[in-house]
Amino acid sequence: MSDHDDHDEHNAPESGPALRVKALESVLVEKGIVDAAELDELIDTYEHKVGPRIGARVVARAWVDPAYKRRLIANAPAATAELGIAAGPQGENLMVIENTPRVHNMVVCTLCSCYPWPVLGLPPVWYKSAPYRSRAVSDPRGVLRDFGLEIPAEVEIRVWDSSSEMRFMVLPMRPAGTENLSEEELAALVTRDSMIGTGIVKYPAGAAAPSGE
Amino acid sequence: MNGVHDLGGMHGFGPVVREENEPVFHEEWERRMFALQMIARRPYNVDELRRTIERMEPARYLAASYYERWLYAVESLLIEKGILRREEIEAAAEKIRVGKAAQAPAPGSAPTANGGLESKPAPWLAKSARPGGAVKLRFDPSFKAGFKTGQRVMARNINPEGHTRIPRYARGHRGVIRHDWGVFVFPDTHAHGQGANPEHCYSVEFTARELWGEEHPKNERVLVDLWESYLEAERITAADGSERAGSKKAAVTQRRARASKGRAAVSARMKKAPAKARLARVGAAKAKGAPAGKSAKRARRTR
Repeated sequence: MSDHDDHDEHNAPESGPALRVKALESVLVEKGIVDAAELDELIDTYEHKVGPRIGARVVARAWVDPAYKRRLIANAPAATAELGIAAGPQGENLMVIENTPRVHNMVVCTLCSCYPWPVLGLPPVWYKSAPYRSRAVSDPRGVLRDFGLEIPAEVEIRVWDSSSEMRFMVLPMRPAGTENLSEEELAALVTRDSMIGTGIVKYPAGAAAPSGE
Repeated sequence: MNGVHDLGGMHGFGPVVREENEPVFHEEWERRMFALQMIARRPYNVDELRRTIERMEPARYLAASYYERWLYAVESLLIEKGILRREEIEAAAEKIRVGKAAQAPAPGSAPTANGGLESKPAPWLAKSARPGGAVKLRFDPSFKAGFKTGQRVMARNINPEGHTRIPRYARGHRGVIRHDWGVFVFPDTHAHGQGANPEHCYSVEFTARELWGEEHPKNERVLVDLWESYLEAERITAADGSERAGSKKAAVTQRRARASKGRAAVSARMKKAPAKARLARVGAAKAKGAPAGKSAKRARRTR
């Protein structure tokens, strides 16, 4: 960026990264390297089509269908494909890890921000932030307290650091009292944070835990 | 590299702050940057992207938002790969700033009003019809695995100056192989145009006490994905090929010895060696008896 950014403010609504990105896009479009329509389509996909509701469908199916749950844990890419979920970038090597009354799992990427896009969408800012990335591995219970979640001392905590091309999604525990709910109703209870491991699923929904979206 | 991006275990960043009803993107430019990176990444691979982000000046890295880091890396990589020139971006920014008429130019054949913006074909586009970033990262799992599930291993104490995916907090610590994820491109070479060199990658489980000290809860564990070259067997393989875990007493003694030695000696040694010899250095460390990594793997294959 040039040094005289502050001139001509009335003529220059953009500065900083906004201007820089616009400039980069214009050069790449002009060279025929990217196509503006292609960009729009990608944005629409990740803003409106891909997101944690997809992961919630997977969780609800696993809760109601024990055979599906086994397949999901054994081979998540195949089991999610069964539900018509496309693998897509950041999800080719998906692994689903199950929370139990004895083990609570949570996922982090200390080195960057690896996250299972096809089932959870793009990560929230806190997941990519220094506070989460620094403390999740060394003080997981403290981090969970930041989320209002107190995991009993006798429950083991396993933190998965996504340092390779594997991507992790947590299969949260099904809350008590949901025996008569439909699969759709169950899916509606599942929060994004519960599939990262920084939340648990509550029933009735919104009982206490932060919602996730 | 021992960069500021390697955040695991650091203190002082404060509590995790969650935004209620967080949107997918906060600004229009973040939308565009996300999509640009996804499409423009064709001439570089994901390890090169990470390597470039990690090379940001540390204060700048910490101050930058996620998509600002992407902007930095995409610009740097496209310039490095000869796809565009910095002056072209500067000229385009200037044009947008001063000219109200300068909307986003029409795609493709738009006439270049600015002399600095000469269109030229992107040769890599024709060759690579594959979608963005579709470099093969996972390979045939029939490659021989050096370790097996349940085996006790040690994360090697290495400090490569280039890109690596072994977090600092795991180095020099003992763990157990919990999963063999199969065969993946080796990031340390893939990020530097030194080849894919695929090898097995494992989920290695460390106790919180091993990583952070005895005052940590007994029932906390961290699972880190580590490539074979990052690991060595905790104990030698017996002649019949069977593995036995080292005694606890020996492990504690070694741990104490390591701790007292400190890291100064290691980093001094690493500094002496030229950057090019980074991988050779890895090999040299292995020659001390660690059966991990490429040279050892070759040896195993020829057996």
